[in-house]
Order: sequence, then C-alpha cells, then structure tokens
Amino acid sequence: MKPAITVDSLSKKFGAFTAVDNINFDVNRGEVLGFLGPNGAGKSTTMKMITGFLAPSGGQIRVDGMDVMKQPMQTKQLIGYLPEGAPAYGDMTVTAFLGFIADIRGYRGSDRKERIQTAIEKANLGSVIHKPVDTLSKGFKRRVGLAQAILHDPPILVMDEPTDGLDPNQKHEVRELISEMAQQDKAILISTHILEEVNAICDRAVIISHGRLVFDGTPAKLEAMSRLHNAVTITFAGGLPDAAEQRLRALSDVADVVCEQALNRLRVMPGEGMSIAGQVTRLVRDESWEIDELYVASGQLDEVFRRITTLGGPADAGDLS
Amino acid sequence: MSSTTAIFRRELANYFATPVAYVFIVIFLALNGVFTFYVGGWYEREQADLQTFFDYHPLLYLFLIPALSMRLWAEERKSGSIELLMTLPISTWQAVAGKYLAAWAFTGIALALTFPVWLTVNYLGSPDNPVILIGYIGSYLMAGAYLAIGACVSAFTRNQVIAFVIAVVICFVFMFSGTPMVLDLFQGWLPQPLVNTISGMSITTHYNSILKGVIDLRDLVFFFSFIGCWLLANLIAVEMKKSS
Ligand SMILES: Nc1ncnc2c1ncn2[C@@H]1O[C@H](COP(=O)(O)OP(=O)(O)OP(=O)(O)O)[C@@H](O)[C@H]1O
Ligand SMILES: [Mg+2]
Repeated sequence: MKPAITVDSLSKKFGAFTAVDNINFDVNRGEVLGFLGPNGAGKSTTMKMITGFLAPSGGQIRVDGMDVMKQPMQTKQLIGYLPEGAPAYGDMTVTAFLGFIADIRGYRGSDRKERIQTAIEKANLGSVIHKPVDTLSKGFKRRVGLAQAILHDPPILVMDEPTDGLDPNQKHEVRELISEMAQQDKAILISTHILEEVNAICDRAVIISHGRLVFDGTPAKLEAMSRLHNAVTITFAGGLPDAAEQRLRALSDVADVVCEQALNRLRVMPGEGMSIAGQVTRLVRDESWEIDELYVASGQLDEVFRRITTLGGPADAGDLS
Repeated sequence: MSSTTAIFRRELANYFATPVAYVFIVIFLALNGVFTFYVGGWYEREQADLQTFFDYHPLLYLFLIPALSMRLWAEERKSGSIELLMTLPISTWQAVAGKYLAAWAFTGIALALTFPVWLTVNYLGSPDNPVILIGYIGSYLMAGAYLAIGACVSAFTRNQVIAFVIAVVICFVFMFSGTPMVLDLFQGWLPQPLVNTISGMSITTHYNSILKGVIDLRDLVFFFSFIGCWLLANLIAVEMKKSS
C-alpha cells in the first residue's frame, strides 16, 4: 500500500537561508509519526509544505500518491491541518467559526450540524461555543484549532504542536483522541517538543535538526541510542558495601560504574549493545547485598535528543541513522 | 454552498461583528452630508440634483476605501489565519473573489444608506431620477475600482498602516492621472503613447463621463477591466508569498 504522505528530497530556502534541507520520510496509514527537532529545525516549515501553504524550493511531496503542488484541491481535501499556534478568525464565535469551516468543506443541512457537533464534543468545547475565539484561553484556542482540523474526519492529520498550552488532563485527552484516530487507519503527523509524548503515542519518530533529517525510527530504537540504555541503577540499603564498585566493574559486560555516594547509589553502564541486568542481579544475590531498589533504564530520550541534535553537520547525521 | 460564497458570507458578516461597519457607515454618511450640503453649497445652487453629492465621492473614497480594504489580506497575514484559509480546499482565486466581493457589497450597503439625500432632493424639487441612479452606479463602480487597488496592496504586506498609505497613494495617482499634476511626472521620459494610456486610465475622467447621465460601454469596459487587472495582481501577490 502506498504511504499516505511521501516526502521526497524536500528542500525549502528563504532567500539564502536553507530552512529544510533535502529530507525524506513517509507517513503510513494507521501510524502516528512524531516529528521532533529543536526550535527552528524546520518542522513547521515542512508541515506548511505538506499542507500546501508553502511551495517547496526542491523535491516533492505526495499525499495519497498525488503531488501536492499539482493537485492541491484533492490533497487539501484529504488533510486536516492544525497550524502552529492554532490561528483562527478571532472575531467569530466558536460555532460560527466551525460553521464557516463546514461551509468551505461543502457540508449542508443536518450533516453540517452533526459534524460541527461531533467536532465540538471531541475537542471538548461545549462550554465555550458562543464565545469569540479571541477571548478564549490558549488551551481552548488550541482545541478550536483541533476541532477545525478533525471536522471533516480526514484520513490524514497534520498537527503542529497539538498539545502545546494544554493542561495535563487535556493533554491526556488529546493524546487519547490521537491514538483513537490512529486506530481508524488514519495517518497522523504531529510535531512536538515533549519527548514523553513520543513514547506515549507515536509509532515512529523523525528528528530533524538544522533542516536535516538526523533520525527516523521507532521510539524504542531512539531509546536504545541512549548511553543509559540498559543501564542498571542500584540503591543500597544502609551504606555502599566496600567492594561493590570494584566487583561490579569486574563483570565482563560492564563498561563503567558511576558512584553517587550521597544517595547510596551505583549506576552500572553496559558495554555497547550489551544487556547486563542478569549479571548484575546474580552478583547482588551472590554477595547478599542489602538493596532498596534495582532497576534497568530503557534510555533517556532527552539525552539522545540533545546529543543528536547538537552535532550539526550532515556527516554526523549519517553516522547516526 | 460554493467556497466563494462561504468566504463572501464570512467576510461580510465580519464587518458587522466588529465596530468597523458602524464606524465606517456613520463617517461615510456624515462626510457625505457635510460635503454635499455645506462644502458643496447645495442650497446656494438651488438646483434639484445630486451633482455636489457625487462630485465629492472621488475624494471621499480616496481615504475611506483604503481604510476598508487595508485589512483584507494584511490582517490574515498578521494573525496567521491566512495559513488556515489557504490550506482549506479552495483556490486562491475563490479567496480573492470572495473577499473582494464582500468588501464591495459592504460599500454598496454604505452607499445605499445615503438614500435620505435622495429623498431630500425629491422632497424639495423634482430631480431627474434616472440620472441620479446612473450617478449611483458610477459611484459604485468607482468604489469598486478603488477597492481592487486596496485589496491588491493589502496582499503585499502584513502591516495595515502600510497597506493604507500605499493604497491611498496609488488611488491618488489613478484619480488624477488625467491631470497635468500626474502626467507631468511621466511626460518626457515615457513614450507618448504610454503617457496617453496613463491619461486614459483616469478613474475620475470615466466617472465624470458616467455622471453626465449616460453609461457608455467604454466606461463599463474600463471599470471592469481595471478591477479585473488589480484582482489578478492581488491573486499573483498571494501566490507569490507562497514560494517566497
Ligand atoms: N517566512 C520565513 N522567512 C524566512 N525565514 C523563515 C520563514 N519561516 C521560517 N523561517 C526560518 O526557518 C527556520 C525553520 O523554522 P520553523 O518554523 O520550521 O522551525 P520549527 O522547527 O517549527 O521550530 P519551533 O520548534 O520553534 O516551532 C527558522 O530558522 C525560521 O527562522
Ligand atoms: Mg514550529
């Protein structure tokens, strides 16, 4: 099956500045793709090109097999888009605004009414429908943008920071909504700065930095790139046993041991690609050390994120992917 | 409902959702009254016609129409809603037409609300009503021409003040392009046929010709092609920003 969105050697230049530099990735149906990158990496610019707001300087975007530049009407019909900052017509009330979107999307009569109603329910806007959008709080504005994007139940969703500005409850609800929509075989592209979100809802993550693609893979793969991946942390009851550090260091697959004296804690780092949980627990049992806690880290996303997005050059990026 | 109609309705309703409509209409009517009856000396002329009323419209529109048109695209750009609009399944042309027609319909409402002036002359005398109607049509076409300029200029900037000032200047040029004041600027360095073309593009000349009481086909062709050209430029401006 062809991907819902194919981004092919896409570039965008603003004058002499290259905001997006030759990136490639796909978004498939039933998949939530997390689009990550530091500020100014080119995430929003890429999304603007996918949704047909900006014209690419190079490369091509196909939505459901159609070129976005050649068949803009068809591709725009398939996409629901939440632009960055969720812009809307501020003077309009929420109902009037959604009514306008429904008119443009060609709905009439009872169908129109139902769609507006459903969108209001899904975005939890019931309490503010008669207020002008300008007077709403940031979170509610974001939800108006969300309602607008899902009004026509599109097979493809492009959302630029959908949970930005939402309270924890709303964040949770929006994530549920996104996961639910992915179940309905929709292709969903979301950009985010919240790394836990990647683990929570994304099936795959793409990271760009300075306009270049530096990672494309599952969240698990991203975690595996962490130095802390599979690291074992042991907190001892009482004090640190005298020989503990040396004994752990002596294990064959252990690369390093970091001591946090004040916390009675040792962090045992595995060698590249090694799993040390078995060795370490066996040692703890054999030595009958008194411990409070022992856990295996799956990796810290923010650490990986920082590492791969601060390297910069394309050569470095090549090593990583 | 077509997309153009949806945009038209949204835009028109928007004038009345904000104080813009009321402020504009009140000022427009008040200035019309002042110009017609005081500045224009309508009573002293002791003639039952609306000559003085229509005579001041080019000047009135010079400032009022750019004030109306300045927000058309600049505001969308500033608030970012243009991104929403242009990623909906509509063509740029539908957006340009919907916005323009709504603004023109709004000026039509404002112009229609000057009917008390017409009632007054009919009460005080017996004017040539068909001529007055033609005058209204001419005035409406002129408003449309100014609006097309303003809409186009508004598409080039996100700053409404800049949109206003530039639109006033361009309207001014086309208002006086038949007079030496503007023609002298071009005389000498532009070829004569081009200078003649500029002179023929005078909105005021075509408006005055309609005010005589006959609608000449040439005047209609002028106004509609003038509006068409500026809206085309408007479309190109919106499209250009896409790839910049
Ligand atoms: N219209 C424009 N003209 C010039 N430069 C632009 C324009 N739009 C974006 N840029 C630049 O392109 C780069 C990428 O911007 P973009 O908005 O895509 O970043 P982003 O990844 O979405 O960042 P953030 O996480 O802060 O939202 C930035 O350096 C920005 O300044
Ligand atoms: Mg962004």
